[in-house]
Amino acid sequence: MPRRIVAASQATTPSTVLTYIVRRLIGAVILLFVVTAVTFSIFFLVPRIAGATSEDLASRYVGKTAGAEQIHEMAQKLGFTDPLYVQYGRFAKGLIVGSEYNTGTAIEQCPAPCLGYSFLKQNPVLPDILGRLPVTISLAAGAALIWVLAGVATGVLSALRRGTIFDRSAMMIALAGVSLPIFFTGMLSLSIFRDGLGWSIGGSFYKPLTEDPLLWFSSLSLPWITLAFLYAAQYARLTRAGMLETMNEDFIRTARAKGLPERTVVVKHGLRSALTPILTIFGLDIGLLLGGAILTETTFSLPGIGQYAVIAVANNDLPQVLGVTLTGAFFIVIANLVVDLMYAVVDPRVRTA
Amino acid sequence: MTTNPEDSLAEVGDVPPSTLPASRADKIGHRFLEVRDLRVHFPTDDGIVKSVDDLSFGVDRGQTLGIVGESGSGKSVTSLSVMGLHKKGTARISGEVLLDGENLVGASEERVRGLRGKRMAMIFQDPLSAMHPYYTVGSQIIEAYRIHNKVTKQVARKHAIDMLDRVGIPNPKSRADDYPHQFSGGMRQRAMIAMALSCDPELLIADEPTTALDVTVQAQILDLIRDLQQEFNSAVIIITHDLGVVAELADDIMVMYAGRAVEYSTASEIFNSPQHPYTWGLLRSMPRLDRERTARLVPIKGTPPSLINVPDGCPFNPRCPHTALTGGASHSEVPVLRDLGHGHRAACHLSAADRARLWNDNEGQTSG
Amino acid sequence: MKKNRVVSVVALGAVAAMGLSACGGGTSSSNNNGGGGTTTPGFGAAVGKVFNPSDTKGGTLRFANSGDWDSLDPADTYYGYSWNFIRNYGRGLVVFKSAPGAEGNKLAPDLAEKLGEPSNDAKTWTYKLRKGIKYEDGTEVKSKDVKYAVLRSLDKTTFPNGPTYLGDFLAVPDGYKGPYSDPNVDAITAIETPDDYTIKFNLKTSFSGFDYFMALPSTIPVPQAKDTGTKYKEHVISTGPYKFETNELGKKFVLTRNEHYDPASDPDTGRKPLADKLQVELNVNADDVDNRLQSGDLDISIEGTGVQAAGQAKVLNDQALKAKADNPVNARTWFTVLNSDVAPLDNIDCRKAVLFAADKTAYQRSYGGATGGDIATSLMPPVIPGQKKIDLYEALTKPEGDVDKAKEALTKCGKPDGFNTVISYRAERPKEKATAEAMQQALGRVGIKLEIKPFPLADYTKLYVGKPDYAKANGIGLIIYGWGADWNDGFGFMQQIVDSRVIRAAGGNTNLGIRLPEVDSTIDEALKETDTAKREALWAKTDELVMQNAAALPGVWSKGLLFRPENLTNVFVAEAFGMYDYTAIGTSRK
Repeated sequence: MPRRIVAASQATTPSTVLTYIVRRLIGAVILLFVVTAVTFSIFFLVPRIAGATSEDLASRYVGKTAGAEQIHEMAQKLGFTDPLYVQYGRFAKGLIVGSEYNTGTAIEQCPAPCLGYSFLKQNPVLPDILGRLPVTISLAAGAALIWVLAGVATGVLSALRRGTIFDRSAMMIALAGVSLPIFFTGMLSLSIFRDGLGWSIGGSFYKPLTEDPLLWFSSLSLPWITLAFLYAAQYARLTRAGMLETMNEDFIRTARAKGLPERTVVVKHGLRSALTPILTIFGLDIGLLLGGAILTETTFSLPGIGQYAVIAVANNDLPQVLGVTLTGAFFIVIANLVVDLMYAVVDPRVRTA
Repeated sequence: MTTNPEDSLAEVGDVPPSTLPASRADKIGHRFLEVRDLRVHFPTDDGIVKSVDDLSFGVDRGQTLGIVGESGSGKSVTSLSVMGLHKKGTARISGEVLLDGENLVGASEERVRGLRGKRMAMIFQDPLSAMHPYYTVGSQIIEAYRIHNKVTKQVARKHAIDMLDRVGIPNPKSRADDYPHQFSGGMRQRAMIAMALSCDPELLIADEPTTALDVTVQAQILDLIRDLQQEFNSAVIIITHDLGVVAELADDIMVMYAGRAVEYSTASEIFNSPQHPYTWGLLRSMPRLDRERTARLVPIKGTPPSLINVPDGCPFNPRCPHTALTGGASHSEVPVLRDLGHGHRAACHLSAADRARLWNDNEGQTSG
Repeated sequence: MKKNRVVSVVALGAVAAMGLSACGGGTSSSNNNGGGGTTTPGFGAAVGKVFNPSDTKGGTLRFANSGDWDSLDPADTYYGYSWNFIRNYGRGLVVFKSAPGAEGNKLAPDLAEKLGEPSNDAKTWTYKLRKGIKYEDGTEVKSKDVKYAVLRSLDKTTFPNGPTYLGDFLAVPDGYKGPYSDPNVDAITAIETPDDYTIKFNLKTSFSGFDYFMALPSTIPVPQAKDTGTKYKEHVISTGPYKFETNELGKKFVLTRNEHYDPASDPDTGRKPLADKLQVELNVNADDVDNRLQSGDLDISIEGTGVQAAGQAKVLNDQALKAKADNPVNARTWFTVLNSDVAPLDNIDCRKAVLFAADKTAYQRSYGGATGGDIATSLMPPVIPGQKKIDLYEALTKPEGDVDKAKEALTKCGKPDGFNTVISYRAERPKEKATAEAMQQALGRVGIKLEIKPFPLADYTKLYVGKPDYAKANGIGLIIYGWGADWNDGFGFMQQIVDSRVIRAAGGNTNLGIRLPEVDSTIDEALKETDTAKREALWAKTDELVMQNAAALPGVWSKGLLFRPENLTNVFVAEAFGMYDYTAIGTSRK
């Protein structure tokens, strides 16, 4: 009779998972506040270090021929004469409970989370961003779907057919995709399909999905493909490398030894394992994209958050820039959090760590 | 084909039935697994790696064969060849691998795959890396079972729990839902054995099954293998570099060096009257209870040869302390594996007298 | 000044053909003397005449803007293209005529029956409104609406972007902040409305060019009851031929016909609302706009600044494309101010040395050669009525500069071996950078060593070169700049850049260093002079005085390169804006 020995096993209790999540959430919130504080400080401190006064900063918000008194009034109205921590405190308070702005004609409410009030455009920042969010989300989601499918499939096939013509040409195309700047591929595709072939396609046709699905699709299809080309290339290379490494693992040999069909071995055993690091990267990529696919949106004239960021910077509109930065940071932090949690779901070894 | 066993050009593998124990005599050539003239070469950019050359052996149900050798001797390559696990296109395999009379060399991939897990199974050295980290042990056993048996998940799960129980894992029902990293080393190896045996294969190949385990656990695993072999009447091949591992378990032992079999006989013969300098070296370098504790272990000088540039003549000659006695044959002629009597085969140029003398001298020196 | 002719395309073309002074198209590539309109594509076919004349209505005109409006609210906008386009959804008291050639530089009464009637001292101006002009909701426009619109435009806190001329000249109480702070509109006597159709403006000082102020969008009436302050720009109540159908701020807006616009009430302005819909896309990638124009996906690049640098070579080198391009003059000069605060540029001869030594062809090259503009011989560009051609520094005869005369001038000012100073430019403007480098080379020939310093565009005039103390302390002697007329007359172009009294210590100046008492007194004379010809001569004199005093180095009289897609009908360049006229243009696309 085989001797029985009780093995030591490590159990994961539900409470440890919960505390892990809560700790990460708190960390995320703190991180977001730190990001806003840093951005805020940059925009306020740097010009002052260069010698600008609060009047100089306020003069951006007044007309061409405003007098000194008017500028001073504006500086006070905008709160530029207060010390930095007071200004930041006001902003942070607005984030949590909301605030209000005296526009001169009315008192404008800015409900929580108030990302700020653009004095140049004379409206709160958050509704603008929220209005543009669906565009960026549509762009990111559609492109992500394409690049994950195309990139991973190509990477797997390349890995399995390593050294063949397929592999070499796929990796060559991938190299092009990774190296070519997106404004180049974007303008090229517009020039071929919209100007050359005359298709009714391209970002400026954008209409929300709920309003006109056909236009929504036709306006996003070229940006999707252009963006996906860039990312699919990266993912193909990553998947290929990951697969090559994974397929050399011992458990693959075991799977074959069990008599599993090769397709099951590749997908269920190989790919499943190789995808884990790619999952991390995917989460981060999505987080970054949701903060605004700046190059793609500008090239295709898509009215998303990325375009908003460009406009905000060009206009030197601090509240807008701050709002966009915060939005981007928010998505990145959330994406990081989700990826960490997903990792625990995907890889059981992480749960007990 | 029968030939004169004293003839140095004799062909490998065939031995007159009269020299063998009767129970086995009629089985030779018809054992469950028969490997004949197996040759496995890997073409690389640096040259052809001759991993296995002219290898013949066999094992029957209820029998255990131990394949012993250093790393690079070709023992793992042999077992992978039997299972057909070499990547197509990377290895050039010739010879015959007869599983219950069916030649697997050159057979279709589909056919061989159908046999894997079902009639022949393999367990590996490091069960932590050999099992998929993302799937529970239970589900991996279920997977192994369902690929060859069309049953429902519930039935398969019950079977998996049964197997876990049989290999001595307590609380098999809850442990089936644990992941490989949640098991201790010994339990993990038991689980892998359970997975390998889930479809009742007639042949079990264990490649270094205890190398990654503690000594105390080693013994348990080996016991387990023996118990299961008796229960299932399986043919078992244990591959190891450690003679001690196969001392109790193996019926036959084949010693490999540089891709060739250098000695092949029953276990007791190997231990009591080894006939090859390499085997002597292995035995001498092994810690033994019947030696003085302070007696030094004698390692074999030198390193295994490159399999691309195998030395001329006897591949062991660079490390063999007795080459002078062969009159130059060690450096020019490849010794064939021939029967020295009683089915004990060795590939050596030394005369029987020399061999006896050298071995007894050494034994006298080191014992007492 | 009362003009009462029925506007028709043929008549317009005929008028243009009469060669109304070569002032508008005196430069190389436009031909002003073609007869009537033409339908054959050709380079410059829409300059000075109507290309593809048409009366056919229908279709949607597709505009694209690579940026965004400052505001659609008539009180809060300063862009030239906005003032051009706003005539589609707003009617002010007076407006620039929609006509090709020099005729487009003239004012026509819009809401008013005729141009303003000044008092003898030009301090009071009276206008009579036409009766029966309606907003898009059918209510009638009354004089108090115009008063309200003007008063609210004085609120620079709520509407910081608009022009400030009216606030400077109207006799409103000191520190008046507009009707949001001070709702008692009736108490403001600077503007009087004796009856529903009469309006009187009382100024602080005489000003003869007041009609031009009335062409500003600020006089577009706003019904007080419907004024939503900062939100008004979301839907401006139209008095023009089109009204807002949709408006997605920052993205796109569409205008459709305003049923309550009565063409019969609009006999003088030349408006021709041909298209049924006007669609304007915002924040479109600038290079993409050019591509889409050429592929037929867009009709008009609304900013009117023309083809991007990247696309210019393509258009000019391709005959087929070039035939669809126009190269109109703008009322804009690129020039360099010589800051008299910084020694030795306080000495007139040292300044003259700079003007002689400068390489004018290199200056022109920096701005794109002949397509970018003509070599300027004085500040005032030729489109300004009354401009006189003066060339005191051989810009046309020795465009590479005259080294000998420069050295002579240097000796006279006591610096025979030259001197050192700083030249500034706006960092984001590659053309200005090229100019700085060209000047460095050219002036280096006579020993004037220039240190080149870039400054950020956004704060160029507010914090740096436009702040006299800063410029002086940092020795910025040469300031690269440019200026476009707010409207095409002497006041609209010259006053803001040569009148020393507009210079403020606080910064944000448009006059970067010209301080000539004779210029100031000439300006004062011009402000009072009600006779047009005399007034124009006075402004030309300020130009001459500036050049005689070598106070600025003129560079280039700017020209734009516009692209005209095939489907456009009734296209012509509005000289008042230097771009296509957006109130009379149509499309053949359905």
